[in-house]
Amino acid sequence: MLIVIGLMVSGILLGYLFRERNLKFVQKLITWAIFILLFLLGLSVGVNDQIMNNLDTIGIDALCITLGAVAGSILCAWGIYKFYFSKG
Amino acid sequence: MRGSLIIVAFFIVGVLMGRFIEMPAFVTEQDPTLYALYVLMFLVGISIGSDKKALQALKQQNLRIVLVPLGTILGTLAGSAVISLVLKDRSLTDCLAVGSGFGYYSLSSIFITQYKGAELGTIALASNIIRELLTLLAAPFLVRYFGKLAPISVGGATTMDTTLPVITQSSGKDYVVVSIFHGITVDFSVPFLVTFFCTI
Repeated sequence: MLIVIGLMVSGILLGYLFRERNLKFVQKLITWAIFILLFLLGLSVGVNDQIMNNLDTIGIDALCITLGAVAGSILCAWGIYKFYFSKG
Repeated sequence: MRGSLIIVAFFIVGVLMGRFIEMPAFVTEQDPTLYALYVLMFLVGISIGSDKKALQALKQQNLRIVLVPLGTILGTLAGSAVISLVLKDRSLTDCLAVGSGFGYYSLSSIFITQYKGAELGTIALASNIIRELLTLLAAPFLVRYFGKLAPISVGGATTMDTTLPVITQSSGKDYVVVSIFHGITVDFSVPFLVTFFCTI
C-alpha cells in the first residue's frame, strides 16, 4: 500500500513539475496499461472455476452494491442541490 | 463509450483464453500484474499532477463546489455499507472497497484483484460498469426527480470524461465546471479509498 501511494505521489510531483510539457503520451500509456491489466484479470477469472461457476451470484452482488452506492449518492446530491445550489 | 467497450473486450478475451487455452502458470501469477499496477499508478499520478483543469475550475466557482464530490463519496460509502448488511457473504470492507470505485471500473477492479482476489475484482468490474451505464441511461430522469447534481453524483469518477456529454445535456452548461471538478476529485480519491478498504 505504501509503495502504491508513494509511486502515485511521486507521479503527481513529476506531473506538476512538467505540466507545461506535452504529456499526451502518458494518457496513451495509461490506456494500454489498463488494457493489459484487464486482460490479465480476465485470464485469472477464466482459469478460476469457482468464479466461472458463480457468475450469477457475482453479477447480483455487483448490481446490489451499485444500487446501494447510487442511492446513497443521489440522496446526498439532492440535499446539497436543495440547500446550496437551487437558490442560486 | 467506445473506450469502455474496448476495455470490456480485453477482459472478455482474457476470460475466454483463460477458460479454453492452456496458460503457462506465470501469466496468472500475481507478480506481473503487480508490477504493471505500479507502472499504472505512477502514470495516473503524472496525469493528475499535470492537470490544470482542477485548479482552474476551483478558482471559477465558490467553495460550495467542494461539497459535491464530498457528498458523492459519503453517500456512496453509506449506501455500500447498508448493502453489506443485505449481502451475507460480502463483508463491510468488501462492499466499501467495491463502492469506492465510483464508476472507475478499470482501476478499481485491478486494485481489488490485487488485494482481495479475482472474485471481488470481477464484482468491482461489473458493479462499476453498471454505475457508468446507469449514469448514461438515467441522467435526464435523475435531473427531473433529484436535481441537477444527481447525475453528477451518480457518475462518480467518470464525470470529467465519459459521462460529461450526457451530464451537460441534462443538467445544463452551467454544471460543466462542477462536473469536471467533481470527476477529477472523485477520480483522485479512488486509489486511496480502495487501497484503504482493502487493507484494513
